[in-house]
Amino acid sequence: MKESDIRFAKLLVLINGFVPLALLMWDQSHHRLGANPQNFLILTTGMMALIFLVLTLAVTPLRQLGGWNWLIQLRRMLGLYAFFYACLHFLCFFSLDRGFNLSSTINEIIKRKYLWFGVTALLLMVPLAITSTNGMIKRLGGKRWRALHRLVYVAAIAGVIHYYMQVKADVRLPLVFASVLAVLLGYRGWNHWQGQKPKTVAAPKV
Amino acid sequence: MKVPNKIHPNEITPLAVYFNRRNFIRAGVLAASAVATGVAYRKLNPVGTTTATPVQTAKIEGIATNAPAAAVAENTGFHIDETQTSLQDITHYNNFYEFSTDKEEVAVAAANFKTDGWKVSVEGLCNKPKVFDLDDILKLSAPEERVYRMRCVEGWSLVVPWVGYSLSKLLAAVDPLSGAKYVAFETLLDPARMPNQTTGVLDWPYVEGLRMDEAMHPLTLLTSGLYGHSLPPQDGAPIRLIIPWKYGFKGIKSIVKIKLVADQPRTTWSDYAPREYGFYANVNPTVDHPRWSQATEQRIGESGRRKTLMFNGYADQVGHLYAGMDLRKNF
Repeated sequence: MKESDIRFAKLLVLINGFVPLALLMWDQSHHRLGANPQNFLILTTGMMALIFLVLTLAVTPLRQLGGWNWLIQLRRMLGLYAFFYACLHFLCFFSLDRGFNLSSTINEIIKRKYLWFGVTALLLMVPLAITSTNGMIKRLGGKRWRALHRLVYVAAIAGVIHYYMQVKADVRLPLVFASVLAVLLGYRGWNHWQGQKPKTVAAPKV
Repeated sequence: MKVPNKIHPNEITPLAVYFNRRNFIRAGVLAASAVATGVAYRKLNPVGTTTATPVQTAKIEGIATNAPAAAVAENTGFHIDETQTSLQDITHYNNFYEFSTDKEEVAVAAANFKTDGWKVSVEGLCNKPKVFDLDDILKLSAPEERVYRMRCVEGWSLVVPWVGYSLSKLLAAVDPLSGAKYVAFETLLDPARMPNQTTGVLDWPYVEGLRMDEAMHPLTLLTSGLYGHSLPPQDGAPIRLIIPWKYGFKGIKSIVKIKLVADQPRTTWSDYAPREYGFYANVNPTVDHPRWSQATEQRIGESGRRKTLMFNGYADQVGHLYAGMDLRKNF
C-alpha cells in the first residue's frame, strides 16, 4: 500500500473511532439517552473500550491470515481509542456514579471485585498508551516493546470479566465478547504452540 | 505533515484530475464508513432512537380522592411528597424479563400484550378460594391513588402515582385459615404472549412471596394502574403487586395466581442467585448487594445520586415487622 493510502486508512480509523462519541454527545445534548442517562453513559463508554480492544487484537490475526500487512499501521490508533474510551468510562463512573468523591471511589473499588478487574484493565493500558509512540518503540527496542505490549491480552481479559461480573442475569453480550476474545487469543496460542513464530510478528514500523 | 507530492509542470492537468477523482472517492468512502459506524452504533444502542411514545390505556374511574395532606399528617406513607417521575420514564425503563432483559426495550416488546379474559386464582389455605375475573377483583374495593417511592435492586429509583387498593382486602375476601403464614404469587406463563419466556434467562413462571403480615400491611398495594390509567403492559398489566419498602423485583407483575401457604415459598430471584437476592429484599442502605453498593440510588430524572433510605423511607410504617431480625442474614 502506498504511503498516502495508509494515511487515508488512518484517517478512516480516526474519524470512525470518533463517531460513537459524537453520537453519544449528540444524544446527550438532546436528552435522548433514555430514562437513566448516567447508567447509559457508563455502560456505553465501557462497551466502546471493549470493542476497540477486540479490534486492536484482531489486527495481528487478520494481517497474518489475510496477508494485509498494512493493517499494523492502524493498530496503534485502535489501541489508543480503546484506552481513550476506557478513560471516559472511568470518568463517567467517577463523576456520575461517585459524584467526584475520591474517597468513595477508592472505597468502592476496594470493595467490589468487578471493579478490581475494571481498574486492572485500565491501569494496564496506561503504560501501553505511554509507550505507543515511535520514540518509545525505538527506546525500548522491538523485543522489549512487544513483551510489554502483551499486557494488552491481560487487559482485554480483565475488561471482559469486569463486564460479565456486573451484569444481573442476561450474560449473552458479555459471553459474545468472551468468545471473540477467546478466538483472538486462541489464535495466538495456537501459533505459539506450533512453534512457528510468524515472521510478521514485529513491532510496528517506526 | 508532509508537503503534498510535487507536481511536474507538464503533468499538471492529468494529475489534478487524478487526485481530484481520488479525493472524491476517498471522501465518499470516509462518509460511507462513518455512516456505517453510526448505524452499527445505533443498532447496538437503540436508546437514542426511541422517541416519546404516548401510553394509551383506559382511564380508571372513581379513584378515591387522594388527600396528600391527610396522608402525610397521619403518616400512612400512602403519599410521598416528592417529584413524581414522568410517565414517559415510568413506561420506558422497565425490568420485565418476560418481554426483554433490556429495560429500554420492554415497552416495545410488550406493546401488543393482550389481557382480555384475565383471571386470577386466589387459592390455598383459605375458606373461600376463588378464580376471579379481573373485573371482579377491580370492583372489590375502590381504587386509591398511592404515591410511592420505587427502589430497584440495581440502584435506581422512581416516584410513581400508582392506582390500586391494599392487598389485604383481596386476601380478606377469601378468608384465610390460621395456618396461612405466607402468600405465594405467580406471573402468567405463556411464551406466545411473553416472548422472552422462550429463553432460559430466568426460571419461568416468575414467582414471588410475602410473609402474611407483610401481605396484610396496608402499604402493600394490589396495583391496577398508574397516573390515573390502567397499567400499560410494560408495567405489569393488568394487575401487579407494589411493596414500596422492598426492592422492585418483589413487585410481581401480570399476576395469575395468589396462593396462601404454610411455608416460605420459593422466589424467582433468590432461586437464581441465593447469595444476591433474599426472600425479604427489604430496601436497606447498610446491606450491600454482594456486587454493588446499596447506599445510594439514581433517582430517574435527577442528576446526582440520592442516599437510599432504610426500608426505602417507610421505616415508621413497617420497621416493626422486622423487630429483632438480623437484616444482614435476612436480606
